[in-house]
Amino acid sequence: MTSTTPQSSPASSTPSPTRPGWLSKQLILAIGAVLIIIFSLAPVMWELLTSIKTNEAITSDPLVYFPSWSQYTLQHYWELLVQNRFYIYIFNSALVAVTSTVLCLCIGSPAAYALTRLHLPGERIILGVVLVVTLFPYILLFLGLLEIVRAVGLANNYLALIIPYTAINLPLTILVMRSFFQQMPRDLEDSAKIDGYSTLGMLVKIILPLTLPALVTTGILAFIFAWNEYIFALTFITRESMKTIPVAAAQLAGTTLFDIPYGPLAAATIIGTLPLILLVLFFQRKIVQGLTAGSVKG
Amino acid sequence: MSNVAVKNLNKTYTAKVVPVRDTSLRVEEGEFLTLVGPSGCGKSTTLRIIAGLEQPTRGQVLINDKDVTALRPGDRNIAMVFQSYALYPHMNVYENMASGLKLKGMGDVEIRDRIKDANDVLGLDDLLDRKPANLSGGQRQRVALGRALVRRPDVFLLDEPLSNLDALLREQVRADLKQIFERQSAPVIYVTHDQTEAMTLSTKVAVLHKGDVQQLDSPERIYTRPANKFVASFIGSPQMNLLTLPCEGNQAVLGSSRITLPDRFVPPPEVVLGVRPEHIRIASPGDQPLVKGTVFLVENLGMSYLVSVHVDGSEDTTLRVLLPSDQTWDQQITLTMSPEKLHWFNVQTEERLPDHGA
Repeated sequence: MTSTTPQSSPASSTPSPTRPGWLSKQLILAIGAVLIIIFSLAPVMWELLTSIKTNEAITSDPLVYFPSWSQYTLQHYWELLVQNRFYIYIFNSALVAVTSTVLCLCIGSPAAYALTRLHLPGERIILGVVLVVTLFPYILLFLGLLEIVRAVGLANNYLALIIPYTAINLPLTILVMRSFFQQMPRDLEDSAKIDGYSTLGMLVKIILPLTLPALVTTGILAFIFAWNEYIFALTFITRESMKTIPVAAAQLAGTTLFDIPYGPLAAATIIGTLPLILLVLFFQRKIVQGLTAGSVKG
Repeated sequence: MSNVAVKNLNKTYTAKVVPVRDTSLRVEEGEFLTLVGPSGCGKSTTLRIIAGLEQPTRGQVLINDKDVTALRPGDRNIAMVFQSYALYPHMNVYENMASGLKLKGMGDVEIRDRIKDANDVLGLDDLLDRKPANLSGGQRQRVALGRALVRRPDVFLLDEPLSNLDALLREQVRADLKQIFERQSAPVIYVTHDQTEAMTLSTKVAVLHKGDVQQLDSPERIYTRPANKFVASFIGSPQMNLLTLPCEGNQAVLGSSRITLPDRFVPPPEVVLGVRPEHIRIASPGDQPLVKGTVFLVENLGMSYLVSVHVDGSEDTTLRVLLPSDQTWDQQITLTMSPEKLHWFNVQTEERLPDHGA
């Protein structure tokens, strides 16, 4: 019902490309877009430039915004990876984030599916509790968790991070996945049953491929949380070799108390952010693809 | 020879929600049974129970005289077409049609043969590697049908398969459906709320209402001999005129006219007269009985006019009459109807009054 109105006077309803108003409109739009991009990405750009500037360029006065050819260096990265052995922390972060994300999806999706399809008694109460948990500021859990970690003896163990990260991300996963399952046409599952799929076969062959976009979306959210988390990682892990990127980056120190290692810090930030950006860029296609695929009805 | 039957089927959710009360049906080889009724009459629930997607509270489902009530849907050798088609969106047309066969462990060669056979009927050859998202509604519908046909099931179940098509396409696909299912012999159970589909496609029609089968008969008999007031009002378009009339002796009083009751039953004090709009015509000299009235509404249906008339002497009573479009009439109109086209129903039970001597 959208495009049925006849264009009686094209000159007045749609601006033709030749009219002067159109050009200035496009121009303003373009300038606005550029300004917004600069506003959002300038800090990132600054961080990136700092990470590849020589120390002299970083500390010089007046400020060097765009270094000249001689002022570029990869020294900070070299320092970070070779001297500080930063790859250990990258590995730790990746291990903790990937494991907790996978766990989260593996536990959360079946839970969400059950909450959608089984019509459990007390379903609404369970969902209410799940929702309340997401509203709970996780910092408040911190002291209690610290006691638990100590009591169970999990300190300096990857599990001390994996378990809380999984738990904190579970409610969100359950809610997102549930709303996705609810949108999935019931007929599709019925059809699969009649085709002879077992429950497991149906889940793996029919539901899972269709749920992929939702899994990716929630997975990315869970991963970002676990990758960036600082407080738990700072408190539960004290052994140097088990620290994660945020903690390790914060603890980068110069040779003296007053020497702030801007270069390595910037490099650490870039290294810490890069995987997230790559992850999102890589899966973005998948997300959009999945969300737009029409499956039923004509 | 395949057949399918349900015996004393009941589905109770709560004391008040009983979509299926006590249904027994049997469909033989070559038969096409349509379950028709308004929404909430239990037709879809019945079908889903036969498919095994729901468990009945009581009763049995029999396929080829074997009790399959406890079997899973996949083990019943049935095929079902859904209103939404329910094609797997991530599989192309070929995979959609093949998936059920693969699960049965059928070889690739035979799967290919079966899909080819189905395509001879459906004409899907050019679409085999397309995803459902790239098909039109009509094409999706055919793929859904193809997926059912390749299974060569003991029974076909169709749940409002035409409801998502636009009106023009629906008529065409309806005709296609009729041809496709006439060519094969497995029993078909078809659910619809559309009486035209029920009348055109079926060899047998079951009219359902409030969880009960109101009438199970051939389409012709459903139309000519509706078993009760509900069936009479539900089947037929435009709807049958149903008038509650007092009786004087063996005559029913309609405004200033008298309509003689047939002598096969004892005249009750009140009676429901049913007469279809297409069975009323403008009276010619010598016709009996005569009903005089005033025209207050004329609707043009193209091939005929639907004329609404207030009956003289009983202004609240409205008769709706189908008149051929080449006929003219005055505001004051005199109508007649043939006695053999009249239906009489009991006022209290709403059942049809006996057709033969009481």
